Order: sequence, then structure tokens, then C-alpha cells
Amino acid sequence: MNARETAIPGLTDGRRIAIVDYGLGNVANVRRALEFLGHRVELTKDPDMLRRADVLILPGVGHFADAMKRLEANGLTPLLAELKEEKPLVGICLGMQLLFERSEEGNAGGLGFIPGAITRIETRLPVPHLGWNGLISGKPELDGKDMYFIHSYKASPGPDTVATAEYGDETVTAIVQRGQLIGIQFHPEKSGDAGLVLLQQAVTGGFREKEEAFE
Amino acid sequence: MIKKRIIPCLDVKDGRVVKGINFKGLRDIGDPVELAARYNAAGADELVFLDVSATDEGHDLMLDVIKRTAEVLFIPLAIGGGIRTADDIGRLLKAGADKVSINSAALARPELIREAAERFGSQCVCLSVDAGWDEEAQDWFCFTHGGNKKTDIRVLDWITEGEKLGAGEILLTSMEADGTKVGFDLPLLKAVEKAVTVPVIASGGAGDADDFVELFRETDVSAGLAASIFHNEETTVGEVKALLSDAGIPIRLTAGGVPNEA
Repeated sequence: MNARETAIPGLTDGRRIAIVDYGLGNVANVRRALEFLGHRVELTKDPDMLRRADVLILPGVGHFADAMKRLEANGLTPLLAELKEEKPLVGICLGMQLLFERSEEGNAGGLGFIPGAITRIETRLPVPHLGWNGLISGKPELDGKDMYFIHSYKASPGPDTVATAEYGDETVTAIVQRGQLIGIQFHPEKSGDAGLVLLQQAVTGGFREKEEAFE
Repeated sequence: MIKKRIIPCLDVKDGRVVKGINFKGLRDIGDPVELAARYNAAGADELVFLDVSATDEGHDLMLDVIKRTAEVLFIPLAIGGGIRTADDIGRLLKAGADKVSINSAALARPELIREAAERFGSQCVCLSVDAGWDEEAQDWFCFTHGGNKKTDIRVLDWITEGEKLGAGEILLTSMEADGTKVGFDLPLLKAVEKAVTVPVIASGGAGDADDFVELFRETDVSAGLAASIFHNEETTVGEVKALLSDAGIPIRLTAGGVPNEA
């Protein structure tokens, strides 16, 4: 018997996916999830490999300012700015936050690919915002789906927001998409089968209509 | 709104699940990965593997179990038991665990909590506490060695200290309630939940699905953990969640979760 009884729809012939390796956080579970979904996955900072990939993943668990320093030290900031014009780039958790202009966490500048700033979550509830929380979205395939969140900083909803989540009196951006750029605040690789379906959608076209997604 | 979590716990010794587990239709009921997949399909929000191995070889086999689980299961996985140092924690996380729960080792050396939180983040560090009531002192005290050894450390002092040191979550087991199946230890849970701001997981005493409804109605804890009632199929994760949902308690509903087809 296969250990898994639940079939994940949308298994494809597999994309070449490069996880941007800048020495931060535990990326093994993102990698395992993408491999489970049928993709060929490399963890790399090699410019040639990043150029050859069909899709880029920007992972990240940790501190914003530290992460930006590491991206810059590895020469990845200009490369990502160039490659985001050519192929989908998916930032997950801190990787999503790095796509924005700046963050209160360490008062650092970000990649600036998406307008807006990352700010501390301000609510009477405990921070971090941790656990399963439901997505709120105009997209029926996303709305109401529970995903696994762990974060202390947030992007406020803006024109590029695809889904949000509510925590106390805060509304945080859960998914953001601007052209081929996608940001996911929660951990789809830890969000059960619904998370895997969502991750698959992120790396195979995204959350906007086709003409919007690849403008 | 954050959902209340239902967490099955599996005791694993030398890479195999121990304690009676009665799932119907499973050929090999001793394989932790197969059982974990079963609980995932039933809607478990998180899983705990408690490593009860007595040897280094046994603990090494646990790493293999974690790896195999992380390849097929994509919900949070916590590991407890046999953890002595921050390096031990590093190995478990590298194998694919999302967090660890530490108990005796933290009581013996509280700095372990700080070291682990600084190195891996508070979200990885769950402080596990076995609490027993002392009638004479009219207070709860920490127990070690699977609840066999009483310490002179008061539970409320210890969890406040643990949170300060960086624990991101508290797993609280009631010695009085554990194994009795008369329901969770609500007075203990209420006291602990008020003393800390980090999430509290309630453990010990669950006898049926109604006990979870009572737990979340009467206290503000974040999660309920149980072992034997799920293993023996006295209830299922799906049944518990269906009942909680009917009672208006926010839970994560999953496609395969209600009810468990087992």
C-alpha cells in the first residue's frame, strides 16, 4: 500500500524549479513538497542554473535584514531583478516579504519588486501569528482554505493582494501576485493537501487569469 | 480566525510504533509513516512522534522515520523524547521535523531552551511539562521520567520561566488525568493558559469526542492532544472535528476528515 491515499490533482510532467540558496532557513520541506508534486528541484545560487530554471522559489525563515544582506553578498539582488522579468518567481514566508520595498524588521530595504512595506503585526493576540487560518479571497478555489501560518511581520493588503487572513484586528496579506511575481506568506508545504494544491497552482501559472499572470 | 488543533501522538520505539493500535485494514500497524498518513487523511492538524527508544541506535532509527514521513506528509511534525542537546534538535529538524518538544533535559538544564530558540527559532521549541497535583502544597509540580519522578519545581513557575527563555509553545500533560479518560484537566489548563501568552497544547484525559468540545469551551488552549482514544478507534479525528464544528468551535475542515472512513 502506498503511504499516501490522498491523490493530489494537477500532477504535471514537472517543471525545472530552482530554490534560491542564500544560506537561510530550512528549505528541505519546500523541496520535498515540490518533488512530491512531480517537479525537478535544485537548491542553487549558481546564476546559470537560476537562468535555466522554469520557475524560481525564494524561500526564507529568519530575519529580514539578515536575509537581504545574504542575498546581496551572494550577488543575487541584481540577478533576481533581471530574472523576474523572464519567469515566475515565488517567494514563500520571509521570501514573500523580501519582494516588497522595505521592512520594519531591522529597518532594511527589500528587493522592491512589489510596492509597499512590511510592518510588525499589531494586535492584542499573541505574536507570532501561528497556526491554521482561513484564506479570504475573491477566488473561489482559495476562499476558506485553511493554511499554516507562522510570522510576526506582515504586508498590508494592496492592489496586488490575491488573498488575506484575519488575526485579531489585523488583516494580513496571505497571497500576493504582480505579473509573474508571486508571494505566499504562509507555509503551503506544511498546509496539508490543500497547501500542496495551492503550491502547485503557484508554480504552474499562479492565481490570476492567464492574460493577467503572464502580462 | 486561528483554528483549534487536534493532534494525535504516536509512541515510537526503535523506529516502530508501540502501544496498542487497532486501525482496521492496516496490514502493518507498526509503521509510523503509514499511521501518520492515516491520521493526515483523517484531518489531523499536526502530529507528534514521541521517541521512547532507550538506545542511541533507537534514536537514530527515529531520524529515518522522520525523513520518510516528511517525504509524504505535509503537515507540521513535532518530535519529543531522547533530546539532550541543541545538536540533537538540529539533527531532528534537518531530518524533516518542524519542532521538538523537550521535557526532562530542559528541567535539568533550562539554558537548553534558550540555546535552541536562538539557534532554530522559538517556533521550533515546544516545552513539554508533566504536571502533578500536590494536595499538601495545594499546587502543581513538574514530574520527570515519564511522570514517575516528582521534582520540587512548581509548574506555573517553570512555564513562565520557559516562555522567558524562548519556548514558543507549551505541551501540558496532566498526571492526574492521563490514562483516566474522564476528560482534560480543566483547572490545570486554565491556570497554565492564563500564566503564558504562547499557545498551550492540552494532553491527558481525553476519553471521547465530547471531551474536546468541553476543552475548547471551558479554556482558551490552542490544541488538544490524544493517543489511545485515536489509536483504539474509540473516536476518530474526523468525529472530533465534526462535533467541534457543530459546537461552533473553529477547526480546520479537510476533504477526507469528516468522518474517518476507517
